[in-house]
Parts: sequence; structure tokens; C-alpha cells
Amino acid sequence: MPKSLLIISRQSPWSGPSAREALDIALAGGAFDLPLGMLFLDDGVLQLLPSQSAKALQQKDLTANLQALSMFGVEELFACRTSLAERGMTSTELSVEPLQIVSDQDIAALIDRYDQVITI
Amino acid sequence: MLSRVFEFFIIGPIHSCHPLTEPSMKFAIALYSPAHAASSRRALLFAQAVLCGGHDIVRLFFYQDGVHSTSANVVTPQDELDVPALWRDFVSDNRLDGVVCIAAGLRRGVLNQEEAERYSRPAANLPAPWDLSGLGQLHDAVQAADRLICFGGP
Repeated sequence: MPKSLLIISRQSPWSGPSAREALDIALAGGAFDLPLGMLFLDDGVLQLLPSQSAKALQQKDLTANLQALSMFGVEELFACRTSLAERGMTSTELSVEPLQIVSDQDIAALIDRYDQVITI
Repeated sequence: MLSRVFEFFIIGPIHSCHPLTEPSMKFAIALYSPAHAASSRRALLFAQAVLCGGHDIVRLFFYQDGVHSTSANVVTPQDELDVPALWRDFVSDNRLDGVVCIAAGLRRGVLNQEEAERYSRPAANLPAPWDLSGLGQLHDAVQAADRLICFGGP
């Protein structure tokens, strides 16, 4: 039975390479068919906004990669309700699915449920 | 000379520590911060404490800015702690598996000879004991370890 891994992505999409590098861990693990989850927390929830203007920043858009997560077998995707609310975001406008909106209590349970946790 | 003093300070606790009475554990350690970050010094102390406690390190994985800690081209002022040298010696002396993420390394100019030649770069800065490899090595370590401990994250 492989160990499960929760990847917590806490950085905004354009603050540096962190969002991409967290996503790369998920995509690499998905390719090995490992039981993975990904939680978007704090500024990490900004990655979930549709209509990012990546070109204006001369960056590559991550949205397509995020949407590919489920194709790579990473279907346990979570977004922190508190982080969304703090940034005036609603769960209906997000570009990634399936996505579970989780409370702070749920997050404590999630971290407990996964064997290993990586935060980036 | 001063760096020697610091090194003694860092290495010192290894000689004075006592192995734990609990069963030994396997640790995987991931480092995301550059050599000059406080978290990199903490990671080194933690790694030393793991071995000194009689536990195993299945792999050290250097990711994100952590790859800078493995560059052979870092020059630390003489009166400061030479963290890249300490990591290199720690990995060599204990014959550990020190893996540098290839994607993160290429992005930040940390290349071994093979990659330097592949991309026609004038220099390589990743000699032994470091191994340049993919994220699969992180997942492999996660599977092999009882605990994954990360340093330098947000």
C-alpha cells in the first residue's frame, strides 16, 4: 500500500516559481500513480482564479496544468474556505474541478489522514 | 580558521548526543531554502541530529532554492558558516543519498558536467557527492521514509 502525500500549495501563481514547483510535484507523483492530494491554502487559492493574464506578465499560464491534475490521477483537490473568503473569492468562479472546499477543521483532519505532507 | 570553529559548533553535538531508546526511524529530508537562509542551518542541524539519534536518512532532496546549497561555486566569507561545504561533507562522510532536483537545478544554474555539456554552458558546479535527478526521487523517498521533514517552505 503506497503512502499518501498531501501537497499544500500556499503561494500565488505569479510570486515566483513556487506555484509551478508545487504543481510539478503533483504531476510527477500522478505519473507514478501515487495516492496524492493537493490543498490550495492562503495565497495558493489565487491559482484557482480563471482568466489569468499570464501573457501580460510574460509568464506561462498554469491553469491548463492545474486542470490536467485529474487526468494525471490527482483527483483529491481541496481549497481552503477561509483563504477564499479572505480574498473575496467565491467557490463558483474557480477554474479547477473536482474541487472540495474545506474548513479549517477539515484541513486539520486532512493533514492527519495523509501519511506525508509537503508545503510549498 | 573561524569557519573551523563554527564547524566544530555545528558538528559538536554529534559527539555528545545519546542514541534514543525508541526504535529507529527512516527520515526523508527536503530542503527548499538557499544556503544563507536560517532554515538551511536548521535543516543541517536536524539531519545531524537524526543520525546522531541512531536513525536513518533515506534521502536528502534539494528542491526550489535549496539547490543553491549544493553549488560548488558558492564562496562564503571566511568568518561565516560555509553551509554548502558542510552539506557536502555531511553527505560524503555519512555516505548519504543527496539528490538535487534537475528541473529546479537547471532553472537556477546548478548543473553537473553532463547537463553543462548538454546545454553548452561554460561550467559545471555540481560534482560528487551530489546526484542530479528528477522529482520521482522525492516521491520514492516519501514512500521509503517513515517521516518526510521539509525545511524552508512558506
